[in-house]
Amino acid sequence: MTKLTYREAVRAALRKALRDDPRVFLMGEDVGGYGGAFAVSHGLLKEFGPERIRDTPLSESAFVGAGIGAALGGMRPIVEIMTVNFSLLAMDQIVNNAAALRHMSGGQFNVPMVVRVATGGGRQMAAQHSHSLEVWYAHIPGIKVLTPATVPDAYGMLLAALQESDPVFIFEHATLYPLEGELDEAAAEQMDISRAAVVRPGSDVTLITYGGTLGKTIQAADQLREMGIQAEVLDLRTLRPLDARTILTSVAKTHRAVIVDEAWRSGSFAAEISARIMEDAFDSLDAPVARVCSAEVPMPYAKHLEAAALPQTDEIVRAAQEMVPHHG
Amino acid sequence: MAEFLMPQLGADMSVGKLLGWRKKVGDRVQRGDIIADVETDKADIEVEVFATGTIEKILVQPGEKVPVGTALAIISEEGPSPGAGPVPPSPSPEHAAPTIPSPAPLIPTAPAPPAGGPRVHISPVARKLAADLGINPARLSGTGPGGRITLEDVQHAAQARTAEAAPEEKIDRAARMRQAIATAMARSKREIPHYYLSTEIDMSRSLDWLTGENLKRSVEDRLVYGVLLLKAVALALRKVPELNALWIEGKATPRPDVHLGVAISLRDGGLVAPALHHADRRSLDELMRDFRDVVQRARAGSLRSSELSDPTITVTSLGEQGVETVFGVIYPPQVALVGFGKIAERPWSSEGQIVSRPVITATLSADHRVSDGHRGGLFLVAVNQLLQKPEEL
Repeated sequence: MTKLTYREAVRAALRKALRDDPRVFLMGEDVGGYGGAFAVSHGLLKEFGPERIRDTPLSESAFVGAGIGAALGGMRPIVEIMTVNFSLLAMDQIVNNAAALRHMSGGQFNVPMVVRVATGGGRQMAAQHSHSLEVWYAHIPGIKVLTPATVPDAYGMLLAALQESDPVFIFEHATLYPLEGELDEAAAEQMDISRAAVVRPGSDVTLITYGGTLGKTIQAADQLREMGIQAEVLDLRTLRPLDARTILTSVAKTHRAVIVDEAWRSGSFAAEISARIMEDAFDSLDAPVARVCSAEVPMPYAKHLEAAALPQTDEIVRAAQEMVPHHG
Repeated sequence: MAEFLMPQLGADMSVGKLLGWRKKVGDRVQRGDIIADVETDKADIEVEVFATGTIEKILVQPGEKVPVGTALAIISEEGPSPGAGPVPPSPSPEHAAPTIPSPAPLIPTAPAPPAGGPRVHISPVARKLAADLGINPARLSGTGPGGRITLEDVQHAAQARTAEAAPEEKIDRAARMRQAIATAMARSKREIPHYYLSTEIDMSRSLDWLTGENLKRSVEDRLVYGVLLLKAVALALRKVPELNALWIEGKATPRPDVHLGVAISLRDGGLVAPALHHADRRSLDELMRDFRDVVQRARAGSLRSSELSDPTITVTSLGEQGVETVFGVIYPPQVALVGFGKIAERPWSSEGQIVSRPVITATLSADHRVSDGHRGGLFLVAVNQLLQKPEEL
């Protein structure tokens, strides 16, 4: 077991992948000389050289397209996009090429590319760097969407993604980079990325979340426990393909669900989860599914306004309290 | 259009509980069909319909208690209407044989569809559980947000129903037993010309012998004096066998075997007198074991039907209550009952001396149609003599 940060865990996985497989290379804005916008690739240029740690022009469409071409050509590219807001410039490459080529070529071409994208708010980076748009990618058949929320997942999910033969998007919530945790490398290298995790078992209400809001949700579960409410916390881990079974099993037990999602409520991934529960666990429900999402405004810059816009622990606690009898 | 009403099943019936429907909405019924079961204070009754037609609407659900005359269902009649259904003539309560009620069927045929009445504000899982348990959600008050009925509300209602049902059943059982005793005792006093005899018996020999005997025994094998009394009664019946008989169809039928009914009062009220079979042929030890066994099972409520129907005579002892003399009422169709009071130290004349002796009063209540006081007297004397030679019992 090693104690390290989420940032160091991603870097350790990059280093291992670069060492183990000569087809792997990293490219993106400022990943080389600057060491990455979030210092994830710090030191890698020196270690692996400019052939494998490549700075790119400020053109997401171009370097994602280059990644697709490299993958088609037999490489295993890892593409870093500085924030999910910037990834929109590469949407055409992602949707029309990366996700579609295997289908359109009748299985002749596949795109084994890994795209790492920083996501989320909470850092006063305002309305062009702070949104949670993972759901737009989770909408697309042909790609996988991973949202590591823990140190072991930050490490293991990148390595697992490199084993896939189709494009994989990894959304790293930027507030998680300094998060410390224990890493058992050997265990993390064997991890199953297809299953959601029951982080805290509980019997009264299921709190479903992923990525940057996992910590707040666990805090909420701790506060609820002090009030006598046993909340079960699920970390979805992978948004596409979704592990619905774990969600439905939990809701069948607790009869209540609160979904915590940093995205805007309308059309959010929380909406998808809620719909799945209605479709497949309707007769288990004792209360309408509740959602705790961000306020539907462009992310404010001001610290207090940003805090007000993002889902917070007390909102999660209140939503759960209101649906558990005699604690509302 | 006819209303099917809660009938008056006996002069004193004011409310009835609908136990269940045997027909559902849309079923055809014919005059005379049994379409519902109703529970009254005395018994469960099958209720017939007095109209022919189709059940259009059911107004009262199983488990509900309503006053006599309340419409239970609407029946749309066919052909020339014979007029709205009158209150059915009440069957005589004499003929309404009390039966053991089957558990009330509380599960309705189907959960009420939301169409029609106001929609019940209830969560899906609560609705499902309510339907599974046969609970009508329209009768629950919800504690969820906006008054929604939650899973917990239905669980509470189910618990409350179980808790309610249990004591009611208990009261019913006690009431039914009281009713059975009332019927039997009223018949006894109405039909049997009782005569009563009494004698005092010196118990010193029996008790001395018992003390010595019990010293030789382990605690669990010890005898109680009541067993000596039972054995003495059983043997005395050999001398006056007409007391060991049953009065059937206007005449006494002597019984070849002595099955002593022993009166046992139950803790929650009531009385049973199960048989100690062949008491005259059982040793004291066997009789002791039988007696213990039957008392335990009577109190546990696990007597066998033969034990309740076989007794040929009853023995009752109220000595434990401090009573001196029992004037018993014969349990028909038996023709005699033997009573014992408490053993008390009394001044007693023996060989010209006044001494203190433990004395018990034995009584005989007997049916004068079957035996006379002379024969009854011989019986009590025989009991006394037997108790003076306890070693021969």
